[in-house]
Amino acid sequence: MIPAAFDYYRPKDMEAVLSILVEHGDDARVMAGGHSLIPMMKLRMADVPHLIDLQDVPDLSDIVVSADSIKIGAMVTQAELIDNAELTKAAPILREAALQIADPQVRYMGTIGGNVANGDPGNDMPGLMQCLDATFHLVGPDGTRDVAARDFYEAAYMTDREDDEVLTGVTIPTPQGGYAYEKQKRKIGDYATAAAAVQIVKDGDTCTFASVAMTNLSDTPIYSADAVEALVGTTVDDAAIKAAIAAMLEDIDPSEDNRGPIAFKNHVAGVILRRTIERAWSRA
Amino acid sequence: MSDKMHIKLNVNGKNEEFLAEPRELLIYTLRERLNITGPHIGCETSHCGACTVTINGKSVKSCTMFVAQADGAEVTTIEGIGGPDDLHPLQEAFKEHHGLQCGYCTPGMITRAKKLLEENPMPTEEEIRFGMAGNICRCTGYQNIVKSIQAAATEMASAKEAAE
Ligand code: FES
Ligand code: FES
Repeated sequence: MIPAAFDYYRPKDMEAVLSILVEHGDDARVMAGGHSLIPMMKLRMADVPHLIDLQDVPDLSDIVVSADSIKIGAMVTQAELIDNAELTKAAPILREAALQIADPQVRYMGTIGGNVANGDPGNDMPGLMQCLDATFHLVGPDGTRDVAARDFYEAAYMTDREDDEVLTGVTIPTPQGGYAYEKQKRKIGDYATAAAAVQIVKDGDTCTFASVAMTNLSDTPIYSADAVEALVGTTVDDAAIKAAIAAMLEDIDPSEDNRGPIAFKNHVAGVILRRTIERAWSRA
Repeated sequence: MSDKMHIKLNVNGKNEEFLAEPRELLIYTLRERLNITGPHIGCETSHCGACTVTINGKSVKSCTMFVAQADGAEVTTIEGIGGPDDLHPLQEAFKEHHGLQCGYCTPGMITRAKKLLEENPMPTEEEIRFGMAGNICRCTGYQNIVKSIQAAATEMASAKEAAE
């Protein structure tokens, strides 16, 4: 499995990255950990004549936890997310989700930026970022701009990012209340058959806030506003959970593949969302 | 063909310099260029972990890294962990507790286990299974691999205590 030849660049700053991107257009791609891109290049499903390795670009690896928000640089690896105690205290769902991504070796290399920017519907971070209402930071030749995670994904591998832009980090408002990330997968290292991210706030017996997003059940992650509506104002009893599941099933659009037929995926999505809501509620 | 790159690596404490195409996968650099054949190729698709090496303190599947990415890095393979005359406690324990049968997965297993024990010197069985989840073994059923890692952890802890 030998990929096609490419020119390799390891620029020392973002300015140099952008000038290579501008010069080569969609013949150039940036790479973080490479654990999505390299397998695609080996299969010759991705052709990258100009490969830009971001490992020497400074200021992309910081985690900044402040009172009401958390900023994570694009080059922060899954392993670093898992090991950061301050981050885990502020947003435990990040650790819970990152531990379910791939395997230890992949988590040392895989980054949050690569995971969210690639646009692979199987990746876990995009759905989680939608649940947490993250903002993505992009830089391009014309400067920087921010995009909401909920507006970023257009189709499989198609996002709002332009070819000459680089995703530099994400900011999330500090999550409130109970949380859970549940993932059904066939084996370690597999993508989800279905996965769900839930944050939920309890006031007395009543749910006052919820957020629900699903992974690998459409060609983009799915934030389900209707599922949220079905939960807020209820005591998250069985009827409310059933209503949330029914609403979520209206929003997803799974396709048949080697993880199963559509009916099975809808079934698993319901089971997983129920588990996720119940666990998040029990922690709220 | 793209231009060759001047690559510098430190492998098991030894400096290596050579010209290579950036697309060369690190596992081939190690095995075919440098004749370091401990790391194996099981799948070549990031699934099996037989090619695991340590790069700048991280366990990495060397079939999923271009040599260009590793330029300037420190690489440790099973050869740098111990050999026939100075077995590492993990190697000793795998031998003692039947942590291998055909042995194909073993260099990757031990290289990964060494890093796991550096991060967590006395892991529970569950932590071992979770921490070794990127390494597949077709023979042992894993039970004796877990046992071997537990035995090595105990051995290393008592050696450390004796030294203090
Ligand atoms: S050969 Fe690298 S993971 Fe199998
Ligand atoms: S001992 Fe044969 S594959 Fe593990």
